[in-house]
Amino acid sequence: MLVAGIKSRPVYGGLSVDPNARRHLFALEGEGALALTEEAARSGADFLKNADILYVASGSRAADHDKALTALGADTFWLSPTVPVLLNRLNVMLGQAKMGTRLYVAGTEGFIGQAMQVALNHGIDHASIRCEHRGSAARRVQCVHCKGVTDNVTTSPYGCTHCGLSLLVRDHYSRRIGAFQGVNIDAEEPGTAPQPEELFP
Amino acid sequence: MTINTEMKVRVAKITPVADKVKRFRFERTDGQPMPVFSGGAHVIVSMRDGQVLRRNPYSLMSAPGDTSGYEISVLRVENSRGGSAFLHEKLKEGDTLVLSQPVNLFPFDHRGKKHIMMAGGIGITPFMAMMEQMELEGRAFELHYAVRTRSHGAYWKELQQRYGAHRIKIYCDAENLFIPVDAILENQPLGTHLYVCGPAGMISGVLGKARTHGWPKENLHSEEFLAPPPGKAFQVKLARANRTIDVAPHQSILEAVEAAGIDAPYLCRGGACGQCETAVVSCDGELEHNDHFLEPDEKASGKKIMICVSRIKGNAVTLDL
Repeated sequence: MLVAGIKSRPVYGGLSVDPNARRHLFALEGEGALALTEEAARSGADFLKNADILYVASGSRAADHDKALTALGADTFWLSPTVPVLLNRLNVMLGQAKMGTRLYVAGTEGFIGQAMQVALNHGIDHASIRCEHRGSAARRVQCVHCKGVTDNVTTSPYGCTHCGLSLLVRDHYSRRIGAFQGVNIDAEEPGTAPQPEELFP
Repeated sequence: MTINTEMKVRVAKITPVADKVKRFRFERTDGQPMPVFSGGAHVIVSMRDGQVLRRNPYSLMSAPGDTSGYEISVLRVENSRGGSAFLHEKLKEGDTLVLSQPVNLFPFDHRGKKHIMMAGGIGITPFMAMMEQMELEGRAFELHYAVRTRSHGAYWKELQQRYGAHRIKIYCDAENLFIPVDAILENQPLGTHLYVCGPAGMISGVLGKARTHGWPKENLHSEEFLAPPPGKAFQVKLARANRTIDVAPHQSILEAVEAAGIDAPYLCRGGACGQCETAVVSCDGELEHNDHFLEPDEKASGKKIMICVSRIKGNAVTLDL
């Protein structure tokens, strides 16, 4: 069960390189590595000499995407152990960046949302960040009741990991929080929630 | 169907500011306060000039929080359609006029970390109000202001005194000083926004350079009000009102429609906002698009026209009005 057709649901335009950008900053997660390697194959690798790549493998460690990214020969490549560490480094790099730097984000929606949160705090308009969704369709969802955020939600409804309520996942998205909004599905008659369906594998 | 609620005002003061530039202060005749506006906003000034009703947009330059009156500055243009000539040569202190509510099509982006303004000539006016607001809110800003000669440039001395020469940079054509656009664009922190107001060539030149420096379009802002360019006379057939109206060479479609007593929607009257977008039913002639609003493919489609500044070359156009 999913509530779809809500306008705030993000649409990701794909990772295409801005030929005018003076620097290119890539924040990539898991299968998001492929978005960059494929774009480099498509558009030529010229831009890579002015590119910084931050990568976290997450669930794709076995695929060795970091080796393919290293082989691109970008100006800098940095492999992060975890998502929070990557976001921290992204934050520092954006703080030192100049206009003319283009930010690109690719990976799962939860990762895109969190990287975008960091970027928004630096005054970057969300529309100027080029994003591509790769990998699992799992969602990052906020419980609208207790405000707790759960990562990697694959079903709807799901049990809030913070307060235990059964939550219906909606396409209603908050850019500020970087998460979809989950709302209690059996408020009138607790215990009557339908069986979870695997909607976001 | 205009969404403006008009305000009757008295001309409280007319001050010569620079060569061909005068400042006008308006206060309400009913003694009520003016609405607070936001920096970058404009009003439509309605002027009764003999038989003709002129309505022109002017940027507000007074402090946005000052509700005692509004101030605009007007350049007397050489081949004026009548608005600037009327304001400069006919309007006297004590006369009454009608103002629209303020509308802002050129606000600054509150998420920005730094704001750079580039003004050419009379394009300084919206930035006067913007800087008042930015100073009050403690925002980082700088102004680069190009003038032909020091005596043509309005307000540059006052602005330097108020905000300091480190934030207000003057470039004078007569002294061979020009805004170093490339050097400015090259070295700005992430989250900087750029605002340009001035002649069309300056706006397109600066924005084009910003794009080649890799600035995203979301960080680029500009405003230019167009005067409806004159052309040959033609007829407008209004499909819904079932009327046929003549448009004179120096009249816009919107003005002709209003003169015939028909209320058409508008907001900026300068080809910028999109409010007066009108569907074209058929056209015996060629559409002449003069606005900044429609996308090139919309202009090419021949299905839409902005009646405040665009006209046709030909005999008649039928509009969904």
